[in-house]
Amino acid sequence: MKAFDVIRFSFRAATGFRTRTLLILLAMAIGVGAVILLTAMGEGARRYVTREFTSLGTHLLVIFPGRSETTGGPPPLLGETPRDLTLDDALSLKRSSAIRRVAPIALGSAPVSWRQRSREVTIMGSTAALFEIRQLSMAQGQFLPAGNPSLPAAVCVLGYKVKSELFGNTSPLGKWLRIGGRRFRVIGVLTPRGQSLGMDMGDLAIVPVASAQALFNTSSLFRIMIQASGRDSVLIAKKAILGIIRDRHEGEDDVTVITQDALLSTFDRIFTALTLTVAGIAAISLAVAGILIMNVMMISVSQRTTEIGLMKAIGASGGQVLRLFLCESAVLSAIGAMLGVMLSLIGTWTSLRLYPDFPVMIPWWSVMAAIGVGMLTGLIFGVLPARRAAGLEPVDALSRR
Amino acid sequence: MIELQGIHRKFQVGNEAVHALQDVDLSVQPGGYLAVMGPSGSGKSTLLNIIGLLDRPNKGLYLLDEQDTTELNDRQQALVRRHKIGFVFQFFHLVPRLTAAENVELPLILAGFEADKREQRVQQALTALGIADRARHRPDQLSGGQRQRVAIARATIMRPGIILADEPTGNLDRSSGKEVIDILEHLNQQGMTLIMVTHDPELGGRAARRIQMLDGYIQSDTARKHEGI
Repeated sequence: MKAFDVIRFSFRAATGFRTRTLLILLAMAIGVGAVILLTAMGEGARRYVTREFTSLGTHLLVIFPGRSETTGGPPPLLGETPRDLTLDDALSLKRSSAIRRVAPIALGSAPVSWRQRSREVTIMGSTAALFEIRQLSMAQGQFLPAGNPSLPAAVCVLGYKVKSELFGNTSPLGKWLRIGGRRFRVIGVLTPRGQSLGMDMGDLAIVPVASAQALFNTSSLFRIMIQASGRDSVLIAKKAILGIIRDRHEGEDDVTVITQDALLSTFDRIFTALTLTVAGIAAISLAVAGILIMNVMMISVSQRTTEIGLMKAIGASGGQVLRLFLCESAVLSAIGAMLGVMLSLIGTWTSLRLYPDFPVMIPWWSVMAAIGVGMLTGLIFGVLPARRAAGLEPVDALSRR
Repeated sequence: MIELQGIHRKFQVGNEAVHALQDVDLSVQPGGYLAVMGPSGSGKSTLLNIIGLLDRPNKGLYLLDEQDTTELNDRQQALVRRHKIGFVFQFFHLVPRLTAAENVELPLILAGFEADKREQRVQQALTALGIADRARHRPDQLSGGQRQRVAIARATIMRPGIILADEPTGNLDRSSGKEVIDILEHLNQQGMTLIMVTHDPELGGRAARRIQMLDGYIQSDTARKHEGI
């Protein structure tokens, strides 16, 4: 029996039993497609969150005032109020070589008005270093100038949304506006970037940190953002920060330092778990599809016991019968799996067109697993009943109905 | 040369053992024409199946051309069926999704013939049986007589020495039945051994030799002297 004839016979069998062939292809395609699509969505969700976090900037550390950890021991007799983080705290951090940039952040809310228009806007006080740390980019003009952070200056940078609401299409550069009763000159506009970590970078105005502190009449900072000099120095930077702040705060560890890597790895774990969950769902759908394939295959091959008996009667050995059915199952499974892959490609493409922000991506391992398991089920349950029928005496197979 | 010695075949039906063949001795010379007759359940089909290697006896010896077939494995038996035996069934057993020509081609495919040689052989066989114009029809587009002729073409495409026919006219009307018998007898005249199971005495009467079966025994054999005593 020639290989080409085996393949031709398989195709004839596939086209001969249309309903059966369609059912098998459908089961296979849906199974394989569902597995790939689901894992692609899980992978997309994971990548989405990772991207959101890296958009914060790299090698980032954030200092909050106050301790977030709880420790054992008796409660203190006197209420322990955390000391505020001050601008001097922030500036002193530059001493460490592990720290490349420091951006103190003061935050508040104040009305911003230009001519007759006025809006209540988040005011962020910071320094020129914020630009690099948060990886901002300018649509117009420039960011806050570098200079002594302790000195206030009457300049501001607007978020995109604030700019368009106050100025419309006119250029705001060089215009004077009022923020909470003080006058500031607009020197730049940020590019629209959307939300990141819950802070809308479009709906705020950035002023020098000393100006913001004067505006809100406070000496404390909301937080300090720090960029370490490299990935390896993040932990050294954290230690240095804690040391410096402890020295300045009379030996008290009253700040919390969060590293971006810690955040990222936490979320990475969460989303690895999510991907695994999705893979689990995929595995179940694969199992369901496998059982569907199994049933269709088993029934259809069992119905062909008579044909197997005939093949043996006209001189086919059991091995030849098996080869024919193996090839047939392989052809059907392969076409079905291919359809499934195509289905998932169409699915991800559609998803990317509808939700371009959600980076659906097909991981290669899910394609392998889906095709592998699908083909294997198809082959096993295509050949198993054929094997049983081929093992019968021809006369028994022939008389089976 | 077909030689059966002390063949037994029993089936288990529920708790009861049915002896389809009991102690059957038979030998058929090459080129012979044998009709196997008897009431239903007398074991005539079982006898034919065992001769055609579609079934294995529980006991006894079956020599085909001096070769003990009971010792052959599945693959060797398949080779014997392919090259030495052609089977014609009462229910034709054509593969319904394949055309007449493709049905006839099957044994050649199994034997690994080249495509152009196969086509030539199939064409010859179909022409010889007068169904060349039906080559591209599927079995459900053929009449009973045509189907049986396709089946005969398939059974003889490998030019076997033996034709086994199990009630070949059982599902046919009289005239197409007669045509089928003519074809089979013509093949017999060309030198093929023809063994035919039938319960039609008229058909059986045309055979050179008849055996009558009852309850798994050969009750009478026209080739034996002192038959029926």
